Amino acid sequence: MRPAGRAETDSLYFDYPFFNPPTGKVRLELTIPTPVAIVGAGPIGMVAALTLAKEGVRSVLLDNKSTFNDGSRAICVSRSSFSILERISAIAPFLEKSLGWTTGRTFYRGQKILEFQMPDSPNAKYRPMYNLQQQYIEQFLWEAVAENELIETRWQSEVTAVEDEGEGALLTVTDPIETYQFKARWILAADGARSSVRQMRGLRLRGDNYEGRYVIADVQMDHDYPTIRRALFDPDCRRGGTILIHKQPDNIWRIDYQLRDGESEVEAIKEETVRSSVAAVLEEIGYTGEWELEWWSVYSANTLALDDYRDGCTFFIGDSAHIVPIFGVRGLNNGLADAENIGWKLGWVLNGRANEALLDSYTPERRGATLDVFANASKSASFMTPPSPGWLLMRDAALNLALSHPFAGQLANPRQMTPYTYSESPAILDDDPGFECGPVPGAALPDARVGDLFLSDQMGCGFTLISFDQDFANQFDETGLTLCVLDVSSVAADILNAKTESAYLIRPDGHIAARWKAASKVEVMRSLSVVAQVRKGKN
Amino acid sequence: MKSTDLELVYEDLAMALDAVEAEKRELFLAKLALLLAHEIGDVSLVRRHISDACDNLDV
Repeated sequence: MRPAGRAETDSLYFDYPFFNPPTGKVRLELTIPTPVAIVGAGPIGMVAALTLAKEGVRSVLLDNKSTFNDGSRAICVSRSSFSILERISAIAPFLEKSLGWTTGRTFYRGQKILEFQMPDSPNAKYRPMYNLQQQYIEQFLWEAVAENELIETRWQSEVTAVEDEGEGALLTVTDPIETYQFKARWILAADGARSSVRQMRGLRLRGDNYEGRYVIADVQMDHDYPTIRRALFDPDCRRGGTILIHKQPDNIWRIDYQLRDGESEVEAIKEETVRSSVAAVLEEIGYTGEWELEWWSVYSANTLALDDYRDGCTFFIGDSAHIVPIFGVRGLNNGLADAENIGWKLGWVLNGRANEALLDSYTPERRGATLDVFANASKSASFMTPPSPGWLLMRDAALNLALSHPFAGQLANPRQMTPYTYSESPAILDDDPGFECGPVPGAALPDARVGDLFLSDQMGCGFTLISFDQDFANQFDETGLTLCVLDVSSVAADILNAKTESAYLIRPDGHIAARWKAASKVEVMRSLSVVAQVRKGKN
Repeated sequence: MKSTDLELVYEDLAMALDAVEAEKRELFLAKLALLLAHEIGDVSLVRRHISDACDNLDV
């Protein structure tokens, strides 16, 4: 919501574009079949389209709106998401505009009880987290989508029916001009938490709702404080409640404050109530200057997901498949990983390089990641918003004890950056017991300095073989694998626990497919064909 | 711990519990539990003690 007198997209700092429905000659081609229809042109749908385009696959991207999502919504973009943005060649404007951060501070009744650093090192190309308003995320992705000839975007185009037809589906679309139908071999449903595709397919999210309700408000002010996430527990201005404060570009500050039990939601989201609540928070943090209210919304935590992220030829990606509490900052980040995951797999299938069995790995990998977020976010949620007297007492005891004993403050560490390792996936092989340590198959490849660049810079578009012996790597010249040869005495080799004979097979999404302490060509090629469901004669 | 030392702790706890406001007693005991657990450092031992303390509450 926005202050009285301002329209939904009337922002203090961002000009929302206006997109027309398809017009002119393109209308003659609206009914032509497409390999992939993507419903929803938010960040998730756009990343899916860009990932498919990277594989050379065309897609039609449909959205029922005439502009980007209103308000700020997601603001925290994780390191792993920056890697995805890099792989789809969209990273530059994100690096320019966003605010990277590593530090969080937690306060209890006005006193700092914890300062934590998220894992970071000179071996990491990107910072653990970047703050950027969702409308910028959408704008930067849109710039890449708009100039990509493989992606056809149809704004103001609502998908009103989806019916199975042969190998694929028939979509019915209504735009301001007419209603028409077209066929798609595959559908990606990226149409958000209230997904209409999900409803049309008769599917429901299942899971839990949490007690705590928060108001999320964006405020523009000239506040002198670094990009550090602040969490205020039991502050004077909101006894018994919790407040989160994040800095965003353009002098915008995100303030999340918890509503008290029994506090009316209707009352809480009135403009005057939001203004007085925000003013009290600003007084608490010692800000006395001018400020303007940009946007606000109300939120309660849920952990909801589909049982299966696939329904026939339809894959659900992002919020249409799962809704996670904001405390884990994984809503957007998890969705982007969904988009890349299904994007490269569909690309490989549609290019005839992999069998459709590769697609069976999507649900176990990405639903597994969601359940992992649920476990972490549920922990965060029960600390931020204790669900019962026992949880509340222990939370207060930990915070109170932390005033004198720092160890107790660690209980307030949100640990938002635990990376997820895929397991029980047909596209991940068992680990080689020869390794004592290092990243296991299923994990995202950790980054490392390699000369003036990073290990991630040497990964190819398809599968990459990391080897520590040039002669060994030479045997793969004609295989289509990208070859990355590292010095066995390098930092990267140390991180990978490698010796000269070792090798790692890396997937297009940067996850480790397999690794060998002592590799052979036969074993590498056999594994590649298992992991990627490679069709005979291709790779 | 010698029985005389345990007696000392027992008395200190009684006096501390009387000294804190009634509505802060739970908080005090929960803080103390966290402190002692941290000091013990053996998670299975602490969990066994939590379970032991639950016994016979309804006698």
